[in-house]
Amino acid sequence: MFRFLQNSPHLLELFYSATGKALIPFRRVLKKGGTAERVFVDIEKWTKGAMFDCRMCGQCVLHSTGMTCPMTCPKEMRNGPCGGVRADGRCEVLPDKPCVWTQAWIRSREMPNYGNDILHVLAPVNRRLKDTSAWINHLHPENLNPPAGWQQ
Amino acid sequence: MRSGSHLERVLRSGKFAVTAELNPPDSADPEAVYERAQTIAASCDAMNATDASGAHVHMSSVGVCALLSRAGFEAVMQVSCRDRNRIAIQGDLLGASAMGVRNVLCLTGDGVQAGDQPEAKPVFDLDSMTLLRTACILRDKSMFLSGRKLDAPPKLFLGAAANPFVPPLDFRPYRLQKKVEAGADFIQTQYCYDVPRFRKYMEKVRELGIHEKVFILVGVGPVKTAKSAEWMRTNVPGVWIPDDVIERLKKGGKGEGKRLCVDIIQQVREIKGVAGVHIMAYKQEELVPEIVAEAGLHVTLPSNMP
Repeated sequence: MFRFLQNSPHLLELFYSATGKALIPFRRVLKKGGTAERVFVDIEKWTKGAMFDCRMCGQCVLHSTGMTCPMTCPKEMRNGPCGGVRADGRCEVLPDKPCVWTQAWIRSREMPNYGNDILHVLAPVNRRLKDTSAWINHLHPENLNPPAGWQQ
Repeated sequence: MRSGSHLERVLRSGKFAVTAELNPPDSADPEAVYERAQTIAASCDAMNATDASGAHVHMSSVGVCALLSRAGFEAVMQVSCRDRNRIAIQGDLLGASAMGVRNVLCLTGDGVQAGDQPEAKPVFDLDSMTLLRTACILRDKSMFLSGRKLDAPPKLFLGAAANPFVPPLDFRPYRLQKKVEAGADFIQTQYCYDVPRFRKYMEKVRELGIHEKVFILVGVGPVKTAKSAEWMRTNVPGVWIPDDVIERLKKGGKGEGKRLCVDIIQQVREIKGVAGVHIMAYKQEELVPEIVAEAGLHVTLPSNMP
């Protein structure tokens, strides 16, 4: 079941944009630091954990990375594969696993809506957002602003 | 000219550039650095000091580059994201520039498991791409990543690495494009032993117009024997050596590794968009002058070199 969904990136990107839109009306209720966030954190741990092996960075970029979680890369690369990928497409650090980015690239090619987001440079990870709800953070984009020097 | 870097001057003048790798010593003696530098200095436009490559600790690249720059050599300081977070790295970039270092190569770095202290904590706070952009922000906007202003920005010629030889192959040119977008002025590639694969990569690079925005230096190096080539292929992360190259080394016998290296330099030199070569002769640094001479390359020495 999970394997089927993981390899259906187009389905996932449709689901991604649908949930994004569905949550907007609840923007006022869903705030950081409340009970709602605690519940959301648990839901995200269960669903995204099972689906993507989510590491709860709190700043989901799955649509920019072929619906493959970049935080499962041992080097937490968010901007593409390192130079150590093995000839058979496996990871340099964890040789029994496929490189996250070889999968991300293949899947991104099957995503008509967000597929080309993989070509853009992403800002450094905001380490303070770890273990917070990415969905609530997305409803309040000021939480996701990159550092001031990066933006200007 | 953004940086006052000798390497930048050579590249901008349209000359075919030669850089070479200097492996930092396991020593606190500055003479050990100068000895190694003397072996290769007259045969290259700049020397790369590695930053704990393969996750093995040696003298720091910031230390080596400060020594080299102070003595008038042209250094490329490699900076990896494995061991330091963004606070430490930004400070090192300012410090290095203050010590006269003018070239920086931004890397992600090998995983800690590759080294002899695999129990260490891997940092990877930034990745090569965000490190590159951070260095660019320091230099061009004269501010830290946080937005806090600098009194004097560092003068740096910014480099990045590329590996055109490992999967996902068709993503690699786009990743190069991202590095240019993030601020790369020059690129040094992983070892090239597969010229046809590199040619194909460069076709796409030219199609995207990237070769006009960045100087690409192709990584090359002599291998000792067919056996060591096979060892490298299985044990060194990211090194791709095709079977026919290993066959050639088996048949060729002694000195074939060097001849192969010279051949590859001459072949990649003909490819449009290639601005130079980066020679990595690990533990065979004495071969660098011969390789440069036999490949017919000419280098420009920094004016104040000893």
